[in-house]
Amino acid sequence: MKKRVLAALLASATVLSVVGCSNNTSGSDAGNSGNTSNTDSGSTGGNDSGSTGGNTEGGDTVTVPDDGKVLNIWCWNDEFQSRVKDFYPDYVDNGDGTGKIGDVLVKWTINPNKDNGYQIPLDAALQDQENVAADDRIDIFLIEADYADKYVNSEYSLPVSAVGITDADTAEMYEYTKVIATDANGDLKAVSWQAAPGLFAYKRSIAQKVLGTDDPDAVQEYVADWDKFEETAQTMKDNGYFMLSGYDDAYRTFSNNVSAPWVNDKNEIIIDENILKWVEQTKNFTDKGFNNKNGLWSDGWAADQGPDGKVFGFFYSTWGINFTLLGNSLATKVPDGMAQGSAEWLEHCTGNGAFGDYAVCYGPQTYYWGGTWLCASYMTDNASLVKDIMYQLTCNGEIMKSITTTPGVEDYTNNMAAMEEVANSDFKSDFLGGQNHIALFVENAKKIDMSNISKYDQGCNETFQAAMKDYFDGTVDYDTALENFYTNVITKYPALTKPAE
Amino acid sequence: MRVAASDVELAEKKHESDGEIPVKRKSISYAKWGYFFIAPFFIAYAIFSLWPLITTVYNSFFENYRIGLDQVGPNFIGFENYINFFTGAKGVPVWNLISNTVIMWLMGFIPQLAVSLLFAYWFTNKRMDLKCTSIFKSIIYMPNLIMASAFSLLMFSLFANTETAPINNMLLSIGATTEKIDFLANQWSARGIIAFMNFIMWFGNTTIMLMAAMLGVDESLVEAADIDGCTPNQIFWKITMPLIRPILVYVFITSLVGGLQMFDVPQVLTSGIGVPNGTTKTLIMFLNDNLYSKNYGAAGAISVILFIVCAAFSLIVYYFFTDRTLGGAKSFAAKKKKKGV
Repeated sequence: MKKRVLAALLASATVLSVVGCSNNTSGSDAGNSGNTSNTDSGSTGGNDSGSTGGNTEGGDTVTVPDDGKVLNIWCWNDEFQSRVKDFYPDYVDNGDGTGKIGDVLVKWTINPNKDNGYQIPLDAALQDQENVAADDRIDIFLIEADYADKYVNSEYSLPVSAVGITDADTAEMYEYTKVIATDANGDLKAVSWQAAPGLFAYKRSIAQKVLGTDDPDAVQEYVADWDKFEETAQTMKDNGYFMLSGYDDAYRTFSNNVSAPWVNDKNEIIIDENILKWVEQTKNFTDKGFNNKNGLWSDGWAADQGPDGKVFGFFYSTWGINFTLLGNSLATKVPDGMAQGSAEWLEHCTGNGAFGDYAVCYGPQTYYWGGTWLCASYMTDNASLVKDIMYQLTCNGEIMKSITTTPGVEDYTNNMAAMEEVANSDFKSDFLGGQNHIALFVENAKKIDMSNISKYDQGCNETFQAAMKDYFDGTVDYDTALENFYTNVITKYPALTKPAE
Repeated sequence: MRVAASDVELAEKKHESDGEIPVKRKSISYAKWGYFFIAPFFIAYAIFSLWPLITTVYNSFFENYRIGLDQVGPNFIGFENYINFFTGAKGVPVWNLISNTVIMWLMGFIPQLAVSLLFAYWFTNKRMDLKCTSIFKSIIYMPNLIMASAFSLLMFSLFANTETAPINNMLLSIGATTEKIDFLANQWSARGIIAFMNFIMWFGNTTIMLMAAMLGVDESLVEAADIDGCTPNQIFWKITMPLIRPILVYVFITSLVGGLQMFDVPQVLTSGIGVPNGTTKTLIMFLNDNLYSKNYGAAGAISVILFIVCAAFSLIVYYFFTDRTLGGAKSFAAKKKKKGV
């Protein structure tokens, strides 16, 4: 009998495991719920150190340890890594993905940004700092505009004053880059080496053919406001070109000029008037055939920027012009290992695809897009080195200037004096056919206002663009698309609600 | 064979009844070694499957998620997570997800079963006596060896929304269309691509299983039917099909369970969005969405719902296909007798 009972038990257990189709998922759930308990303890730890941070704010006495042998840096692409390699004075590349500064080993952890891929492991690591060996603790982590608020207003980042960055050091930085990185207590928590004003980049060859001129000032007249922009779009269409590549191209010019954040203080999702204007305009442009119906970052979008693209222009901020657009414009890609800005590199790029065929103008509206900030982690044990990296790469005017003027790098750096100087110099960008685009950035950078960012921006922006694509495609009507947006964004942020009608 | 089998049964029965009489025979009971050898599986099962299963159900009753770096909960909220799914108050209504998943599964499974049955019948048919069947078998099984996400990426590039993408390029050059087509912007073409991938990946596997089943059909029955004047069509539907029913049920249930758990193919193809208008979003894709905010409560609830849906569908299929009174072969014989064939 006993055996029969046992056999029945074993058999039913096996059946359960076959029928129990959610085995896999529940398995991963369990793994995650393991994490939950960790994170709980982690956040308690966070609170403790938060109070330490509080002391630092109060003034003076708490010192950040400075005896670490390993410097851990977290970021989402190799942009900052290459800045450190090329412009930080004492950095020695070990050739195996790590580096050395003096006798401190520099370790990089790079996780791509898309779909929270960077933030999820970073959050887990930050909340587990007290349980890991000193050499594994994060010292510096990078944050992006779309989610800066989340880390700035947390205990996991140190005020930069705690590692020794003074107000005088940051005096030349653009005010908005400091406002966005200042927490509720008024402490500056992060510093940036770049400012991200946006411009409209267009193809000179198409401008010449259709508008009869490729001069940035003259072309600006054709796109000076949205009405003229639409007229020009019609002209482009009549000549067999598209004004824009896809639906999301102009998104940031609207979404980064909103009058209020995505979420109000009652946790309701508010769709700003300006974003609704984007929907209206994009639907109109799509129906009239002014855009090529591509998604942002898609292959078709990238191809439109290349030599065979039939698209007139792209909205891009600093990093987009000299990093993304330049890469996409080439007919033959830059081979691996060729240093950006070297003589060899310049020779490879000159005359290659649309290199030199682009120019920039202000466009119909001032805007910004993106930007990267450096945070010191609350558990760092390399205070002086963290300070020096922050200082050299975000405050040192000479280094800022050389980042801007190195061909192929040409980043718009976060130093007003240095940028004014470059703007008024005879600096020329080979990629932009000899234009000094820094002069245009200087004008637009002054007007950036980032006061309406929130910690929900990345999720809201990505979800809104995805939901509206169905509307632009004609798959659903406007109300359904809006409803889909609310549904999907509430899945991402369960605390939010749809505002009552 | 039959005699031998009943001998064993008899011996077992005897053995069992002996066991209940306390005699000194304990030393030659090998049963404990049996349990000892199967223990590793059950220990692993308890740790990696059973316990997570229980905690999933437990977690589904809590409000437990993150806003940025701040933790909310866990607070006990009873069935609220479940109610939210059924009303659509938080997230996509669960009905849409179930119907998306089932529609895409059926779109792939129906042709898969038809093609597999046909191939299996051809490959095992003694009269057709096809040459080189092992080569065909290997070839049709090949797509299953590709990683689903890699296959999905391949399809994504084939059907990409650019003039230079292979399918669009082909259609444009033969003049079937004047403008590039965004295949992922139409729900039936998007679902069709997903169903097609599932079909290509799994029909080889099903063919091989059905072949094994068909090879087990007693050839003398087929011959007898043939002599009695049955057409090949009748032989297939009246002899082969009823006799392979147990394997058909197995194919059905495994495919159903796999289909309801559909994830990697649509996730990669639609970048996790389930374009267009959420019509290709499956249950597991929605579960994955909830991990954006580490929403263990909602993720647990959707897992439990999926578990129940799977169990329910499996039971329906099981009862629909199995003869509850007699075994498949016996009932066939019984019917035959009744008709006096």
